[in-house]
Amino acid sequence: MDILLSSTSQGLLWSIMAIGVYLNFRILNITDLTAEGSFPLGAAITATLIVNGIPPWIATLAALVSGMLAGVISAVLHTKLKIPSLISGIITMTGLYSINLRIMGKANVNLLGESTLMRTVESLGIKSNLSTLVVGGIVTSLVILVLKAFYSTETGLAIRSTGDNPSMSEANGINTDKMEIISYMLCNGLIAMAGGLIAQDNGFADISSGIGTIVIALASIVIGEVIFRHLTFAKRLMTIVIGSVLYRLMLSLVLELNVDPQDLKVFSAILLTVALASPLVKLPNKGKRKTPQVKKKGATTI
Amino acid sequence: MSPVLEMKNIHKSFEIGTVNENHVLKGIDLTIHEGDFITIIGGNGAGKSTLMNSIAGSFPVDQGKISLEGKDITNEPTMKRAKYIGRVFQDPRMGTASRLTIEENMAVAWKRGKKRGFGIGVKDEQRHSFQEALKRLDLGLENRMKMEIGLLSGGQRQAVTLLMASLVTPKLLLLDEHTAALDPKTSQMVLDLTKKIVEEEKLTTLMITHNMEQAIQYGNRLIMLNEGNIVVDIAGEEKQHLTIPDLLELFHKNSGTILNEDALILS
Ligand SMILES: Nc1ncnc2c1ncn2[C@@H]1O[C@H](COP(=O)(O)OP(=O)(O)OP(=O)(O)O)[C@@H](O)[C@H]1O
Ligand SMILES: [Mg+2]
Repeated sequence: MDILLSSTSQGLLWSIMAIGVYLNFRILNITDLTAEGSFPLGAAITATLIVNGIPPWIATLAALVSGMLAGVISAVLHTKLKIPSLISGIITMTGLYSINLRIMGKANVNLLGESTLMRTVESLGIKSNLSTLVVGGIVTSLVILVLKAFYSTETGLAIRSTGDNPSMSEANGINTDKMEIISYMLCNGLIAMAGGLIAQDNGFADISSGIGTIVIALASIVIGEVIFRHLTFAKRLMTIVIGSVLYRLMLSLVLELNVDPQDLKVFSAILLTVALASPLVKLPNKGKRKTPQVKKKGATTI
Repeated sequence: MSPVLEMKNIHKSFEIGTVNENHVLKGIDLTIHEGDFITIIGGNGAGKSTLMNSIAGSFPVDQGKISLEGKDITNEPTMKRAKYIGRVFQDPRMGTASRLTIEENMAVAWKRGKKRGFGIGVKDEQRHSFQEALKRLDLGLENRMKMEIGLLSGGQRQAVTLLMASLVTPKLLLLDEHTAALDPKTSQMVLDLTKKIVEEEKLTTLMITHNMEQAIQYGNRLIMLNEGNIVVDIAGEEKQHLTIPDLLELFHKNSGTILNEDALILS
């Protein structure tokens, strides 16, 4: 029962990250590694602000905004400077390592005894073992509702069509660069916010907390996709939450078997491999996206 | 009044500076008047698609000037020109976003050349006019508007793409062998639809085809390209009375080469 509760609570927080990754990975068909830098960025910003007496909800929103800025950097490297998306993500991620260290001033910021969102909820009378569940539940629901609304607006449709078919989108007057920038912002904003929330839940922010997070997010997405196929956007986001909870559950079970926590990343890697290798999952164009340029003969001609 | 489109001395080469350097358009001069329905014909690699792509702005041209209703658009990117230009590609998958539904695709086209904000993507009143438009296709698609467009057949997708291209009346409609990937029956359906839309909306149209008979049958003007030059350009009366042997003869006279008739008619 304990395991179920803690997995669900943590799964909810981690699903915010996975949903962020999903926006670039599945909608734009881009594997954006900025994630591993924007996650600790959010943690660093939130923890540092909280330690300095800023209310936790403002600190969490600040993480969201910082992630959006990180997203803009990767997006501009990719769209304007034409650097391949994989590399532009790595560039931003690497640069962020130093920036995160600067923000925190050291490798680790402790939040024990500080006022976090979870403490705030507890002060409203929620039992302490339920506070993460409540915070995670509220934030995740809000995120899904907002994204559902946003992706059915004119701009939302334009982002989706950009991911699907860049040349058709341009032919319809869509500024595809701008759409990618918006998607990167949403994606990394959510990831940084997840970083901030998870730091509050863990009680510390750590400079290396980003390592392996993209694998965790992808695993959650893919687990959701393997179990539930062909869904509309909002339902798909919900399956990512389920995937994320299941992932946490599997992790806890593995830990129950007395596996050294150090070996968990191997487990994550294997789990993602198994999930991706499952014939039910299709990778988006092998990670590459169609160039918006009209291609050589063959694309538009016989 | 200025012509709809004017191209002056357009040159385009690909892979400049490599062994594969390929001078595709060699000084194209072309003036398109309002209401023109031009069919374009020419052998493989003659530069037909390149000509159309340079009108649409898929790449910058190396030399020359393109103006639309008197306005210089030579340096405008595709997404700006989209405001005036509707397009249907040869590959049915190229003209629509496969994971969007039929109505979402149409909503994207509805906003061609307009600002996209944060209003609802598919509004009820739009849905109604999409439904009316789809009814004209007579394919039963008006009852399947929430279906992902990727699930439709090539012909159905091409028909919807054609509707989408004319949803916001374009100043110029570009059709690049848009029926070539379809079976003969579907191809005829899409061609009939093309004729209907072009005539009803009085659209100025450029249509590339590999089929000489079609090139003669449709439109009021016919252009033949050879190795990046316009070698035949006939319109009106003269075009109406044109036969395939006439056309081959004209081509031979103007280009100095003999055309492999089968290559054009059969493909
Ligand atoms: N983006 C590109 N990059 C490099 N070469 C290109 C590109 N687009 C076209 N070409 C080359 O330009 C030449 C003309 O191509 P184009 O597609 O215009 O011919 P076409 O007349 O449309 O022929 P088809 O009847 O086969 O469609 C070809 O040799 C082609 O390989
Ligand atoms: Mg062509």
